[in-house]
Amino acid sequence: MSETITFTIDGIEVKGHAGQTIMQAADGNGIYIPRLCFLEGCEPFASCRVCTVIVNGRPQAACTQPIAEGIVVENDCPEVLQIRKDIVEMMFVEGNHFCPFCDKSGNCELQAVAYRLGILAPKYPYLFPVCELDASHPYIFIDSNRCILCGRCVQASRDLDGKHVFDFVGRGPHKKIRVNAAARLADTDLDITDKACEVCPVGAIIKKGVGYAVPVGQRLYDQQAIGADIEAKTK
Amino acid sequence: MSKNLEQTIEKICADYGHDRTRMMDIVRAVQEKFGGVSSEAMDMIAGQTRTHRVEVEGVVSFYAFLSQEPKGNVVIRLCNDVVDQMKGVQEVAKALSAELGIGFGETSADGWFTLEWAPCIGLCDQAPAAMVNDVMVTCLSADKASEMVRALKANPNPGQLTAGYGLGDGNNAHPLVQSMVQNNVKKTGEVLLCDVPAEAGLTKALRKSPEEVIAEVEASRLRGRGGAGFSTGLKWKFTRGSKGPDKYLLCNADEGEPGTFKERVLLTERADLLFEGMTIGGYAIGAATGILYLRGEYNYLRPFLEDVLRKRRDAGLLGNDILGKAGFHFDIRIQMGAGAYICGEESSLISSCEGLRGDPKNRPPFPPQKGYLRKPTSVNNVETLCCVSRILDKGAAWFAAIGSGKSTGTKLLSISGDCKIPGVYEYPFGVKIRDLLKDVGAENTQALLIGGPSGQFIGAESFDKTICFDDLATGGAVVIFNKDRNMIHIAHQYMEFFVEESCGYCTPCRTGNVLIEKCLRKILDGQGEPEDIAYLQQLGNTVKKGSRCGLGQTSPNPALTTIKNFRAAYEAVLKPVTDGMQPTFDLKAAVSDAEALAGRHSVIH
Repeated sequence: MSETITFTIDGIEVKGHAGQTIMQAADGNGIYIPRLCFLEGCEPFASCRVCTVIVNGRPQAACTQPIAEGIVVENDCPEVLQIRKDIVEMMFVEGNHFCPFCDKSGNCELQAVAYRLGILAPKYPYLFPVCELDASHPYIFIDSNRCILCGRCVQASRDLDGKHVFDFVGRGPHKKIRVNAAARLADTDLDITDKACEVCPVGAIIKKGVGYAVPVGQRLYDQQAIGADIEAKTK
Repeated sequence: MSKNLEQTIEKICADYGHDRTRMMDIVRAVQEKFGGVSSEAMDMIAGQTRTHRVEVEGVVSFYAFLSQEPKGNVVIRLCNDVVDQMKGVQEVAKALSAELGIGFGETSADGWFTLEWAPCIGLCDQAPAAMVNDVMVTCLSADKASEMVRALKANPNPGQLTAGYGLGDGNNAHPLVQSMVQNNVKKTGEVLLCDVPAEAGLTKALRKSPEEVIAEVEASRLRGRGGAGFSTGLKWKFTRGSKGPDKYLLCNADEGEPGTFKERVLLTERADLLFEGMTIGGYAIGAATGILYLRGEYNYLRPFLEDVLRKRRDAGLLGNDILGKAGFHFDIRIQMGAGAYICGEESSLISSCEGLRGDPKNRPPFPPQKGYLRKPTSVNNVETLCCVSRILDKGAAWFAAIGSGKSTGTKLLSISGDCKIPGVYEYPFGVKIRDLLKDVGAENTQALLIGGPSGQFIGAESFDKTICFDDLATGGAVVIFNKDRNMIHIAHQYMEFFVEESCGYCTPCRTGNVLIEKCLRKILDGQGEPEDIAYLQQLGNTVKKGSRCGLGQTSPNPALTTIKNFRAAYEAVLKPVTDGMQPTFDLKAAVSDAEALAGRHSVIH
């Protein structure tokens, strides 16, 4: 067992191991730090910035920042909550998210984090981007309207499936997910069994034919708030 | 055609050893040959470099100078920086458009001409300016632009333009540069723009141990000139101390901060001093390879710089056993950028050198621990490395005696905007704004932008402040605005720049900047409300604190620092809403489509 490190999160003393990130150590102590791009088993991608915490007075992403002896981490304070709310609201307005008829509703991490942060409607103006759909694949449907550019599908396909079905193209507000083919997902080597099909936190990569197998109201985040599983680990 | 494409791509990829980390060079070469990197070409490049097509597409779509669609044989990129706008670029744009018969972003039907906008190309001191392929055309007017197009229609070789307008001063007239660009050095200091002896620093450095060289640089208290101001000696100490045999010294010559052009002058006039500094850096950290990352806009300097490197190899200043120092091997290659401001951020610069999209990397690890190809890397600015050569020659004490307090040495400032004598000025740190304004012939000054849009706007109450790390820190850009300028309009133009130049990796920078830009647009349209101030401040705070790299951590500054220092300009145009309607909601426009379908007008009360 590696060296034990003691520090505080919101004034509570917690312990972690050398080499852990703040997020890993917080998880181990039953403290939930909201996140959207983080994917277990892959290197932290750090694109969503929802896990922003304040460490010794400086903002840092909890998913990449290593713990250190005696650091003071603020996770549940007005400034951090405001930053997170703002960032999540940005995700809602930069895409076209229609929760009421989205297959993912109730299982959607974006929706669940928004509820947990108390967001009812974004304060920002909607940007209404024109996005692409790709229904070419027999089992998988891509709806870029709901993509938050987290990078999970890119990482999962590359690092877990050993393929490279997805990647980013364009930059700035024109950045988007593209498939490894001239145009269509059907022309890639994606299989329904790929991890990349499982990891989308929102309704951008959807499995066909199973949309409402579990009725709305009985889905994962209908039962419990996002992060409740981590908080249940309290020692 | 396809056969030719295939053979050419095979040859290009072979030239770069089918190495995917040289993707920037490969796609640049393909673009140059075929005017674009087509879908077919991307498949072939992916095959040749054993990578995936979508990765090639990711790179091609990231950089402004690369494109899938073929561009014209002659690409005219007119700089739309704020300073160019102040100097009448819109008239130039109209003239170009009229003469070519195409709009911006379009290619002529015969495939000869493409017309585009470009962000700051490093010529604010001779704006309005444009790039015609790699040829810089300066001091444009509407007439000069029309005349230029007519000349290009008669002879599509952009090189002829320089002959027609005359060569610039110094090495701009060098046979391998042949540019009309002027250096505009208006003030020389005792460190960089004075006469400098050749190789004096390197010769003395090689008599010391690498640790002693680092100690000398540390003792001089030299801080990075790119803007962040990190101690150069400390960075080198960390890099040298990191484990592993392969280390790299990267020089950041991607000056892209709007209003900056001093590196252009150093690259033109102090190339040897720079390569000398890189060689000293290589010796100090234990690197065998140096890379000069040169912004795509400065491609016109590349043949000259390659020639300087060749001469240095011939003179035993690069290569094996440099200057007879047994076991010290070091060489330098030039990596061209392709139009991306973000690549001036050190970890993005590393990504670009690795043949990737110019995305910044997660930190930690920092480059001195894991940088280029995940090896220990020191990334240093051009001006910083030039200072190193001088410090090793004249000693740390000499350098530390120049400047003020914690800011040692001199600083090159690129000064432009509303002043009579724009150009490059070398001042000791500690120069007062008021004195600087006098030197450059600025009158009726309302504001200065210190450090470019990622820095801050200051007003008259700050004119007694000084340029240094503890007071007004700057990477070198100073833009001056007189009292006729609309500060909100200027802040908005700079926000448009950041929207375009954000890499889009992280949410707050990708979308937050768009939202700030939109709110400023709304205010300029006369629809601003008093609440917009607090809205912008909170939004700006979130973008600064939530963003992953220095771009987003500073990009809200045009809005935030104009609100802070020119609040009256905002308050004069913000009006409380009294009718309970959203000012941005245009009811007539919203129902116009429905009206057209219904074939009748709505009655709006």
